[in-house]
Amino acid sequence: MDLFEYQGKQYFARFDIPVSAGDVALTVDEAVAAADAAGYPVVVKAQVQVGGRGKAGGIKLADDANGVRTHAGNILGMDIKGHVVKRVWVEHASDIKKEYYASFSLDRAAKKHLLMLSVEGGVEIETVAATNPGAIVMLHIDPVDGLSPAVARDAAVRARIDAEAIDGVAEMLVKLYDCFTRGDCDLAEINPLILRPDGGVHALDAKVSLDDNAAFRHPEWDEFRATEELDAREQLARSHGLQYIGLDGTVGIIANGAGLAMSTLDVVNQVGGTAANFLDIGGGANADMMAAALEVINFDQNVKSIFINIFGGITRGEDVANGIVEAMSRVELRAPIVIRLDGTNAEQGRAILAAAGIPETRLTSKPTMLEAARAAVEMASRKEVN
Amino acid sequence: MAIFVNADTKVIVQGLTGGQGKYHGLRNRAYGTQVVAGVTPGKGGTEVVADDGDRIPVFDTVAAAVAATGATASFVAVPPKAASAAILEAAAAGVGFIVCITEGIPAQDEAKVFNTLLRESPHTRLLGPNCPGIISPGKCNIGITAGEIAQLPTPAGPNVGIVSRSGTLTYQALYELKQRGIGVSTCVGIGGDPVPGTNFIDCLREFQADPETHAIILIGEIGGSAEEEAAEFISAHVTKPMSAYIAGVTAPEGKKMGHAGAITSGGKGTAKGKMEALRAAGVHVGQNPTEAGDLMAEILARLT
Repeated sequence: MDLFEYQGKQYFARFDIPVSAGDVALTVDEAVAAADAAGYPVVVKAQVQVGGRGKAGGIKLADDANGVRTHAGNILGMDIKGHVVKRVWVEHASDIKKEYYASFSLDRAAKKHLLMLSVEGGVEIETVAATNPGAIVMLHIDPVDGLSPAVARDAAVRARIDAEAIDGVAEMLVKLYDCFTRGDCDLAEINPLILRPDGGVHALDAKVSLDDNAAFRHPEWDEFRATEELDAREQLARSHGLQYIGLDGTVGIIANGAGLAMSTLDVVNQVGGTAANFLDIGGGANADMMAAALEVINFDQNVKSIFINIFGGITRGEDVANGIVEAMSRVELRAPIVIRLDGTNAEQGRAILAAAGIPETRLTSKPTMLEAARAAVEMASRKEVN
Repeated sequence: MAIFVNADTKVIVQGLTGGQGKYHGLRNRAYGTQVVAGVTPGKGGTEVVADDGDRIPVFDTVAAAVAATGATASFVAVPPKAASAAILEAAAAGVGFIVCITEGIPAQDEAKVFNTLLRESPHTRLLGPNCPGIISPGKCNIGITAGEIAQLPTPAGPNVGIVSRSGTLTYQALYELKQRGIGVSTCVGIGGDPVPGTNFIDCLREFQADPETHAIILIGEIGGSAEEEAAEFISAHVTKPMSAYIAGVTAPEGKKMGHAGAITSGGKGTAKGKMEALRAAGVHVGQNPTEAGDLMAEILARLT
């Protein structure tokens, strides 16, 4: 789960990482109140999970309440690369002497934690990596050892952090690493990490991505979930505990297993169709899960045909078939289904479907993934012509 | 021959008294795998009764189970909260091969477990987490693969080794070969998590050395750089012919496609890049699992 900047800053604060005084605002009035509390001048920042906010006019400086009123009014509701701004973060404007970059992530190839530290902050780190790779210090950290203050300090020195900021940056790195590990982040990034004229160091931005697998030990993440930007389809899917990602195509996809679901999207694409979604009903999917999955797919108005691709390992064919029959009695499906059912108890599953007496215009069975994909894509395009 | 396991592998199941552990543990046993004991803290001294009436003893600790049975492998089927400790316990008890099917272990825990094993139990191999397990058809099946979809190896050959990051695509690969009557030496599901205990290269090295394996299928997916690293290894060290398939050509950037590790970012980890790397290493890359199977059939036809 990716956090908004303000949530990242709130999360940082839990780990004692200094951030600018500020607050989040949903309205112009709230923005003014937040600015009054933070102290002028302030920065009004659009809260969207996409880069290039500043260039799009989503970050503005204001010297007084009128300025905040103008800027917050312009920014709230603004469309930045398809993301509509619902919230602004208003914080006290900082005097900046230097901008650095710091992040922790997992290096999957090395299977160690990776610290990236640079004196070239305030720009995308990918840009620095491309234009001036020597300006980035990369340090692998063994997760068993963790990051000691001495190693953090050494990294700061090697990165040529200004002498007056070394202690502050080293301390910041230890705290950020604590946030990354104990806070179960996939990514914890500060860009820019600033040095102020008074010699202090703090986080001017926050990019945090949380590891969903660790949610069971972080009840405090619930408040972040509430603001996650899901479309209506994704919300319905989540309420049923389904792994769902909405896409723009016309063939609704249900598959068991993430790999098979991805592969189903690929095959639909190969035969000239477009997938409406990614949906993994998981291993051990039962009738209820299948019925819920069909309900979610049916909710998507773009769906013109439904391709159910099941290879039973844990999942049993009869459960899949019962789920489809049940769903078809429960909800009126707008689109016809093409199913490919193989693996554990596939025979029983096919028998159940055949015995249910569903007309072939509503439910067709195909022996292979490719044939099923072709049929589903053909149905999706036929419907569009009508 | 098979890689990592064989007919003599003695397996304990950590979590044999739980739902998943019991179901799959007993299925593995029914397949012919030597499932010799279960481990559940607090249930030592009890027994789990198999369908054929045989009784499988349950121990409180892995160490006790190993001491009593001489087990050499463990099947970890416990929930995410308990999985890391279960893996480390098995390694500390001297178990040389650990299969963990658990999905949903936090990445921080996985990274810690991997590096702890590296230091303290360098001779232990962890397969998974979040993997379907390993099957050497006719000899040993540890995990959740339905044994009947795996084609037995042909004594005279040629036989194919399978290594895959995805569970259901592992089954799909087995099924593609079964439909063509192609024998399987060993099929290894390495799992879709960010820090797998065993990677493609570990398996490729074993397959290359295994006289019973004549060709190899690799099933990858988007995210990370494991396939690119595998391609480098293949160029340098694998002489056996290979086919491959990479899932996720149409996956949108920046979205986790079900598996914790299946995500592209900043133009990295894409299916296209992985397919190109494998092609450059001489691997025959199919556009879907069926095509990878077709390509393998062609490869074998040329071998014989």
